[in-house]
Amino acid sequence: MNEKPLLELSGLTKAYPGVVANDDVSLRIAPGEVHALLGENGAGKSTLVKMIYGLVKPDAGRMQMHGTGFAPAEPRAARAAGVGMVFQHFSLFDALTVAENIALGMEDAPKLRTLSQRIREVSDTYGLPLSPDRVVGDLSAGERQRVEIIRCLLQEPKLLIMDEPTSVLTPQEVEILFKTLRKLSAEGTAILYISHKLEEIRALCDSATILRLGKVVGHCTPSETSARDMAEMMVGTVLKTPTRAGKTPGDVVLSLTGLSAKSPSAFGMPLREISVEVRAGEVLGIGGVAGNGQDELLAALSGETLSAPGMIAFRGRDVSVLGPTPRRAMGILTAPEERLGHAAAPDMSLTENAMLTGAARENLDRGGLLDWSAARSFAERIISTFDVRTPGPGNAARSLSGGNLQKFVIGREVLQRPDLLVVNQPTWGVDASAAAAIRQALLDLAENGAAIIAISQDLDELMEISDRFAALNEGRLSPPRPAQGLTVDEIGMMMGGAHGMEVAHV
Amino acid sequence: MIRLEKRPQPSRAFSLATPLLAVLATMVFGGLMFAVLGKDPVTSIITIFWQPLFGEFAFYYRPQLLIKGAPLVLIAIGLSLGFKAGIWNIGAEGQYIMGALFGAGVGLAFYPMESFIVFPMMVLAGAFGGWLWAMIPALLKVKFGTNEILVSLMLVYVAEQFLASMSLGLMKNPEGFGFPGSRNLQQYNSAFNADLIEGSGMHWGVVAALIAVIFAYVLLTKHRLGFAIRVTGEAPRAARFSGVNPTRLVLFCLGASGLLAGLAGLFEVAGPAGQVTIDFNVGYGFTAIIVAFLGRLHPIGILLAGGLMALTYIGGDIAQSQLGLPAAAIQVFQGMLLFFLLAFDLLTNYRLRPGRTEVA
Repeated sequence: MNEKPLLELSGLTKAYPGVVANDDVSLRIAPGEVHALLGENGAGKSTLVKMIYGLVKPDAGRMQMHGTGFAPAEPRAARAAGVGMVFQHFSLFDALTVAENIALGMEDAPKLRTLSQRIREVSDTYGLPLSPDRVVGDLSAGERQRVEIIRCLLQEPKLLIMDEPTSVLTPQEVEILFKTLRKLSAEGTAILYISHKLEEIRALCDSATILRLGKVVGHCTPSETSARDMAEMMVGTVLKTPTRAGKTPGDVVLSLTGLSAKSPSAFGMPLREISVEVRAGEVLGIGGVAGNGQDELLAALSGETLSAPGMIAFRGRDVSVLGPTPRRAMGILTAPEERLGHAAAPDMSLTENAMLTGAARENLDRGGLLDWSAARSFAERIISTFDVRTPGPGNAARSLSGGNLQKFVIGREVLQRPDLLVVNQPTWGVDASAAAAIRQALLDLAENGAAIIAISQDLDELMEISDRFAALNEGRLSPPRPAQGLTVDEIGMMMGGAHGMEVAHV
Repeated sequence: MIRLEKRPQPSRAFSLATPLLAVLATMVFGGLMFAVLGKDPVTSIITIFWQPLFGEFAFYYRPQLLIKGAPLVLIAIGLSLGFKAGIWNIGAEGQYIMGALFGAGVGLAFYPMESFIVFPMMVLAGAFGGWLWAMIPALLKVKFGTNEILVSLMLVYVAEQFLASMSLGLMKNPEGFGFPGSRNLQQYNSAFNADLIEGSGMHWGVVAALIAVIFAYVLLTKHRLGFAIRVTGEAPRAARFSGVNPTRLVLFCLGASGLLAGLAGLFEVAGPAGQVTIDFNVGYGFTAIIVAFLGRLHPIGILLAGGLMALTYIGGDIAQSQLGLPAAAIQVFQGMLLFFLLAFDLLTNYRLRPGRTEVA
């Protein structure tokens, strides 16, 4: 890095009440460099990029762009200085077209026809095919991401910040995205790439900065460092890989026969003719790009949406028309993807959130009267067993960090001794050591005879814990195959290929 | 510059202090308003808040506090259950009227038979009337997804027409010399909701209001149903996930609030009002909405808020007659109370921070 840096951060510090999010962070990014920002949840990655993008003002420290002072007061100023950012969560309007969505995000948007023309040019150049006239609600997650990327590229950024961009992509789509990013880099655009997928970082990035608890703890050249070493730098301890004993699956616990269900939301994905059996002691991994029916499948299994009789059988009993409470009483437990607002009520205490799903099986509901002291000790048990970092069970769910809340949500179900546990994105946004703990808990459950359905977009995770693997695509479930020995290409094909993407014409 | 910053979790201290701050701010700004109107602000505030409780004629006003406060508390308790769950019954006024009509109807039908059974029958009929009127928006909502705010509000005006029709037609006093209005139930012993202790203002409606407060408190803190109500209000998806049936909850919340409003109407028509007349309803059903929020949707809070609201009503009346303050000024004063409450409410979830200047 002897080149003159494009962006130089020195001594950036940002404190929030009770926590120092960034402590004396320094960083240099050269033009055309692909720089990885690595760290566990809560390590301060988001705060750091938010400062660069003008969303958060640093308490101390300096930023320099092209050798001159750079202190964006708001994202608009950052964009004007050549910083673009693709967020992990898209901010797009489903009911509007691609061009309309992009126009909304621009300061002085040209006429829609001119803009459409420019969108086509940019998408051709960078191998991101996208028709400006399509309605965003009909696009796949990968295509939506392209809208966000093109929105940034239209501003011709010098620095592109990407926050966990591959979490919604199939392996083929990831490959295409990387081609695009490499082409941008070759043209001199620097890329600040945030991810926790270490293999991707090794494949893509020139250099990496590792953050832990708000401090820079190391730099490395990813291509020359092993993923394990990087993970241990992130966590600061030696990692344990989940272990399991070999076993033979038991009786059929869950059997789905032609499960079809409409989606409750207008832009959701209906489930189409899903048939599969899950046995005791088995982990069925379900992969697939987000928005292909994952939420709907979980809702159909939890009982939030009811199905036609005969579609869902649990231990030979038809449960299709039973709601969540009777299903829970029978031993079907679930943990949805969305932590705040779905799996947990944000403004309620952890005790109350323990009551939320624990009432029946933990005997917290005695003939309609709730036993709050028992709920409190149940919450305390979750907190201690799953190492949830919080001052106590009286704290509101939203005061926990994402990873800690996830541990609580998963722990709440695991401790209720499920016969069937369905989890969606069990380690999403969770740091590496906590993710390993959650996976281990799932494997232990299976070991003790529970059937597990793990829905996830993290293929590495699925390969690590699944006995069999199936993929959701357009609401259909592929026939499950033994997970051992599956190649990434085969998985990609099961997931429905690259959704019509092309490789960038480099 | 001052910025708002979201608190990591709601402040309990502010949640409790907000109503007090709102009352204080209302006193200050209400006093300013009275001063602009040319009245002595201190005297005005004392007249409104002090006279009814400890003034020269407090012996007359104190029972009035109970009479005014009881229906407010009874209705507000019912409304608060729905409001907590995000189910908005705005039509308590209509349910109040229908409760009065059903209850009075039963009483008048038995006239002149004297029996201990008459009053309990009227209570049941009153509760049923209010419940029935609330079931209309409830069923329309669960069957067709209509907006309960609009339907319940519109039904207030339908109920008012019913009231007019009844006092001019079916329920008109045959011995009333052609004047509109029913027989006076105060003169029908078996139907009269008299003071339990003579001159105290303590009628059955006050007892019902206190029972409702205790019942609601136990429901919300100890019972599964109350928990379902709270979760639904906080996070509807989480409530569904936990197994709450939203349809049943809508039916329960609207039904319970209608039932309590109907009871309030019955106790009023059989007691303080005495008869069904065209202008029987005086807006308790709407004021109860303010009471529910002033009490932070908490049963004990509502009890206190109902008392406070009754105080401003009676104090306002005194201020009108003694100081010549216009009625509209009193209404503005009451409006201020809700306004400040909502404004200070922000501090429960946010805190004020002095804005920082640019970091070099």
